[in-house]
Amino acid sequence: MDHLPSPLASDAKSPLDGAILKKQFPIFANDAAKNPTKPLVYLDSGASTQKPATVIAAIRDFYENYYANIHRGVYRFSQRASDAVEQSRVAVQKLINAPSADNIVFTSGTTEGLNLLAATLPYSPLLKKGDRVVISELEHHANIVPWQMMRDRHRIDLAVAPIDRNPDSDNYGGIDRDALAKLLQKPTRLLAITHSANATGASVPVAEIIAAAHRHGILVAIDGAQAVAHQRVDVQALDCDFYVFSGHKIYGPTGVGVLYGRGEYLAALPPYQTGGDMIEVVSFEKTSFQPPPQRFEAGTPDIAAIIGIKAAIEFLQAVGLARIAAHEHGLVAYALAELAAIPEITIMPAGRKRDGVVSFTLGKIHPHDLGTILDDDNIAIRAGHHCAQPLLRCLGVAATARASFGVYNEFSDIDRLCASLRRAQAMWG
Amino acid sequence: MTDLRELYQDIILDHARHPRNFAANAQATHQAHGHNPLCGDTVTVYLKLDDQGRVTAANFQGHGCAISLASASLMTETVLGKTGAQIDELFADFQARVTGGKDTAPPPELADDAERLAALVGVKAYPSRVKCAVLPWHALQSALSGGESGGGA
Ligand SMILES: Cc1ncc(COP(=O)(O)O)c(C=O)c1O
Repeated sequence: MDHLPSPLASDAKSPLDGAILKKQFPIFANDAAKNPTKPLVYLDSGASTQKPATVIAAIRDFYENYYANIHRGVYRFSQRASDAVEQSRVAVQKLINAPSADNIVFTSGTTEGLNLLAATLPYSPLLKKGDRVVISELEHHANIVPWQMMRDRHRIDLAVAPIDRNPDSDNYGGIDRDALAKLLQKPTRLLAITHSANATGASVPVAEIIAAAHRHGILVAIDGAQAVAHQRVDVQALDCDFYVFSGHKIYGPTGVGVLYGRGEYLAALPPYQTGGDMIEVVSFEKTSFQPPPQRFEAGTPDIAAIIGIKAAIEFLQAVGLARIAAHEHGLVAYALAELAAIPEITIMPAGRKRDGVVSFTLGKIHPHDLGTILDDDNIAIRAGHHCAQPLLRCLGVAATARASFGVYNEFSDIDRLCASLRRAQAMWG
Repeated sequence: MTDLRELYQDIILDHARHPRNFAANAQATHQAHGHNPLCGDTVTVYLKLDDQGRVTAANFQGHGCAISLASASLMTETVLGKTGAQIDELFADFQARVTGGKDTAPPPELADDAERLAALVGVKAYPSRVKCAVLPWHALQSALSGGESGGGA
């Protein structure tokens, strides 16, 4: 496969230049050919990132040169595809510093990873009727609803850790650590919490929280959907028990996600879906299952996406996660300063530390109208409840506009955003 | 006119800023709630019908974007004095126009109202916004048919 051009890989310390990064993503040049006067400003990486040429090429290479199903054929292509899938598993393992590739389960995404946990934990020795699970008010619906279903089906208790709602607190909008600590003092089996809130960018100090939970013998599952492409995630340093994320938010394809689990806990979970590829021996009387991770990978997966995620990981590593984090925090700081200068803007609070997301409302203009007006200027933002209705309710709004950043963003993107917001204000009069 | 200006015509912005008939109505004989789960917009439509089934009062409340507010506002103005059958005709015409179809050539006595509602035709260039425009109408229809409903999802 093509190697990244030197400006990326050469100087690992130099700040990222969004304009150079944009060149790695064909969508920007393709769009510029159609919209030369107002090139695409993509501020919706929180929903999904754009794809670098290397990821697209890896998928294409698979379909064009060695496409076959995995684990089934003895012929060359099937072997090569199977090997590629296992290489992707190793790439994921290295990315998040898992102890072994066997800790890495491929799912279809964060949503499936969380559903897998909520569906299987009650059938394992790890969680039983009457036990308590704690989530937080910062969660995406994907880290709320599966636990509600589990609560209702298995009579498990579900408690919610609040955010700090005091507008005068420096942690306004962040997780309320004292309230969480109190919740965890009561007998609890599992804490499922986000690493970074998609709706506001509130960064959760998960390492400290995991340590605190473990002191009470509580398992911790982290929703890392908004973290893995934006900071270095080391599951062993975090010491988490489960960690889930999506390929499409880390510059990889849709259709693939990752569930990391500690070895003994994955081994304690029963199968989720069942069928081909996850069995040892099947008879009509009894079936024995593969050990993890294969136990959780029933049926033909999205092979191309799994292959693509390796290219995405190589992209992240070539750019460097420390540089990405610095780049995005720089963008956020600039965005906060520039947005604050716009009259009538309200920026949603994100606690003490904010990751690459700024969520806001603008006067009486509904976020959907903002989204449409910005789109007219070829600026893509997210408008709505961001699949986090409870969080927005806590913050007293039904919907917000959200700008979220990625490697390809530049200060000038934020200037365009601000100019377009002012245009919307002028229209509304 | 650009698509954006056609969408946000002055009349739309005016109704969005100052929605008409924006109130609950305790005397309503029919009411229904509409909700768009995708964006969280909500609208409740209140109708008072006389013995002949004519609308003698139409109100709404809720929150949403300029398109759904303006649509609800224009709708409550337009349906006043109309029968259920006339409302069906107006909605059919409205829906055809905002989804990019041809107007349904409503009868002459409804032509002016249909034309007024057509201020919202700009949404046809924005497929994701069409549901904002029709949400209040779905709530209105379910009010008329006597049900609470999830509305125009
Ligand atoms: C924090 C968080 N959790 C979960 C999800 C769900 O991810 P997916 O739709 O890829 O399964 C998202 C995506 O929006 C998210 O931001």
